[in-house]
Amino acid sequence: MTTSAQVETAGRPRSTEDRLATTGSRFTRVLGVVVLLMLAMQLALALVISPPEVIQGEAVRLFYLHVPLAIAGGYLGVGLLAVGSIGYLWKRTIFWDLLAASAGELALVLTALTLLTGSLWGRPVWGTYWEWDPRLTLTAVLFVLLIGYRAMRTASTDPHLRARRSAVIGLLAAADVPLIRMSVDWWRGLHQTATLNPLNPSLDGMMLFTFFFSMVTFAMLFVWLLVHRFRVAWLEEQVADRALDEAIAQRRAEGQETQ
Amino acid sequence: MSAVGYVAVGYGVTGVVLAAYTWRILARGRRLSSLVPKERRRWM
Repeated sequence: MTTSAQVETAGRPRSTEDRLATTGSRFTRVLGVVVLLMLAMQLALALVISPPEVIQGEAVRLFYLHVPLAIAGGYLGVGLLAVGSIGYLWKRTIFWDLLAASAGELALVLTALTLLTGSLWGRPVWGTYWEWDPRLTLTAVLFVLLIGYRAMRTASTDPHLRARRSAVIGLLAAADVPLIRMSVDWWRGLHQTATLNPLNPSLDGMMLFTFFFSMVTFAMLFVWLLVHRFRVAWLEEQVADRALDEAIAQRRAEGQETQ
Repeated sequence: MSAVGYVAVGYGVTGVVLAAYTWRILARGRRLSSLVPKERRRWM
């Protein structure tokens, strides 16, 4: 949808203030630099410094990518989608809806990457890209629910109806996450049970450090992306409000002219 | 394809997707920011 404000901007050269306008702040700039440095370190640790595993060989390097993506998307992304959805259904304020929408979109991207990297890891380790293993199947269900969530957000022009229906789908998606977590204990499949027991970790030394470093790095990347995505969602609301105000003012002016 | 190949594809595709998504968010934020008065951008 093109607003009058966008048309107005398209015809004139961008001012210095326009060029400097971003969703960044001092906090996001500092965090962004830290995340970039940590991503470089994560790549060095995961691809070069950490040793190959005895059974999996070099394929274990996908472990340092696949699991942090799954945790960032499934736990952080879908967790905040649930918080935003509950918050909206309880308080009915736009803040919670925008939080849910931002987290839901990030969860969708990260879940897609989780499925992709899992398939690429499964081929050399299990001998197959895909199997209808309980955890894989439930993760695919989560992915479909997140697509449904995104589709619902474009299905209605009434913001409160959209937010209410989206929140219900968001909570359905969130209900799938505990099932994904427990699926390896409840049903037999290709996935092994939890690798990391805090009291008795089965990874040692550099592999354990690389794994935890990767988890922290992707969690911080998630926070950085979420802050920017939330601000974009906030700006979209502001632009839509402004367009609505202008349309109402135009209607009033037309009404006065005809009187 | 060897295990190294799967690792390279996994990290490569993830990097490209995340970079493209980041660029999309930042570009959209930049475009929308120029349409909204500074006083309504609370993080400024």
